[in-house]
Amino acid sequence: MRRDASPFIRFWIEFAENRLALAALGVVILVVGAAILAPLFTPQDPYDIGKLVLGDARRPPGHVGSGGYVHLLGTDAQGRDLWSAILYGLRISIQIGITAGAVAFIVGGSLGTIAAFAGGRTEALIMRFIDLQLSFPAILLALVISAILGQGKWQLTIALVASQYAYFARTAHGAAVAERAKEYIEAALSTPLSSRVVVFRHILPNCMPPLIVVATVQIANAISLEATLSFLGLGLPVTHPSLGTLISNGFQYMLSGRYWISIYPGIALIVLILAVNLVGDQIRDQLNPRLQR
Amino acid sequence: MSAPLLELDAVSRRFSRRISLGDRIAAKLGATVEMREVRAVESVSLSVMKGETLGLVGESGCGKSTLGRIAAGILAPSAGTARLDGKPVMSETGRREKLTTRVQTVFQDPFASLNPRKRIGEAIAEGPLAHGLIDRAGSRAYVAEQLSRVGLDPSYSSRFPHQFSGGQRQRIAIARALAMKPDLLICDEPVASLDVSIQAQVLNLFLDLRRALNLTAIFISHDLGVVRHLSDRVAIMYLGRIVEIGPASEIYAAPKHPYTQALLASVPRLNRHREGRTAFKPIAGELPSPLSPPPGCHFHPRCGFATERCRSEPPQLRPLGPERWAACHLAE
Repeated sequence: MRRDASPFIRFWIEFAENRLALAALGVVILVVGAAILAPLFTPQDPYDIGKLVLGDARRPPGHVGSGGYVHLLGTDAQGRDLWSAILYGLRISIQIGITAGAVAFIVGGSLGTIAAFAGGRTEALIMRFIDLQLSFPAILLALVISAILGQGKWQLTIALVASQYAYFARTAHGAAVAERAKEYIEAALSTPLSSRVVVFRHILPNCMPPLIVVATVQIANAISLEATLSFLGLGLPVTHPSLGTLISNGFQYMLSGRYWISIYPGIALIVLILAVNLVGDQIRDQLNPRLQR
Repeated sequence: MSAPLLELDAVSRRFSRRISLGDRIAAKLGATVEMREVRAVESVSLSVMKGETLGLVGESGCGKSTLGRIAAGILAPSAGTARLDGKPVMSETGRREKLTTRVQTVFQDPFASLNPRKRIGEAIAEGPLAHGLIDRAGSRAYVAEQLSRVGLDPSYSSRFPHQFSGGQRQRIAIARALAMKPDLLICDEPVASLDVSIQAQVLNLFLDLRRALNLTAIFISHDLGVVRHLSDRVAIMYLGRIVEIGPASEIYAAPKHPYTQALLASVPRLNRHREGRTAFKPIAGELPSPLSPPPGCHFHPRCGFATERCRSEPPQLRPLGPERWAACHLAE
């Protein structure tokens, strides 16, 4: 290992040593890639209602439908090919999860760091508000906001950001308070460099490790929260099913033996969330100074 | 050596415990709330001439670092002002911000004073770029020049701090401070955390640079030997006050204040003139808590010559000879 290799390269080499995490990363890349390129791998556009044939509804896996192709995982109650619907649903879930995670990262990370740097009343005000918010379950807040804003991709993203930024803010605040007291910050202030530069170029980059860990966990959480809201009927409409909507739609048929409508989207969701969490665990272990070799 | 470059005018710095909401309410209701306050620096006046190096000496906790930070524009004084060439170092009102780039600081711990995520080239170029001393096109050459001036290979500029030893890091910290083209350099115990063999290297580098750049410097240390080697004048601090100040050679040859005398006597040294072992003479007693400093002369509980007057009346710094001042009722 070259000694002057950038921290990122050294991090990657260490990451690759954990085979399980590497495999999980492979799964994440595979799922995300398949979701992005969904139109190439699917026989049907599940969002084009004109192409749905009700005669094909609720068919078991392996059924050859009126379109002349095999429904690998069966069809749902609207005659959607489930394989297609799952890939398109993953696309929405991942898109919402990553967008919400990234926005919450930026908003929460900045807010927490600024609070730690400013100190005094500003810090107390911001952090007590965040504590207040964290005392409610995230799902409750997300439910209230999406009930107010209504259904849709952007409404859902806003609800997720509003309920998740607090986790980033608290993590960033804790890390930033520790960094703020270090001598290199004093050195930067005594140059003098502007507060903006000190916060965003000196403190924030040094708070990244814990924030990245929270980010992986929160992206997985955002995806499952999105599924939960959709399952409860507050997320995406039935015409634009995400994974949660698909599971919800199939739920009523579970006991009548048409398990596939709920089970396959459920498996896709579990695999994605598990893989993201495994990657996150390895990143956390690597960034934890107490576990460092 | 004509006009003073830096003037500290009766600067004080108090640190108080944060008063809790409960205490504040209790105080409003008439209860007596104990206000614990540390007077780290108490009404210190001092001037540093152009081109001179002032040594600032004292035990840990005597306020020498706080005084250095006030001079460097890192801490705002609670009272009094620090002025560089007649202009205040920090803004007087609102958010106390540093106004000048002409004072720079070298910190004690080079493992803490460099941002671990910045390549050292970036760390050195950052300040000069932010203040328009150089432009982006010229920054590479400028960094190379700064590095070679402190005896480091310019090719190191793309490395991270963790790849350097303590002595090298302190050189980087010096290069970073000097890259801002300061007139005054505050060195806050810059060698205290280094190995003795490395200390000498860094000190010699400092001496060379001071001569080459005609720097004015305040050198803070608890090491009397180091200070003697470097300083033109020396100020001795005890519990937030300056007790003696004068030319280095005279202070070391004939200390006037009992504290200075005790401090010099406590320095362990190899005695070549006398046979046998000589015991160190530690100063009797302990440094009193700065939360409740003794009345009168702060040093009287540990002073062998203390009189009734010392216990009640705080002595002022008074001239005892050309350029020599001491704060002792008994010194002549």
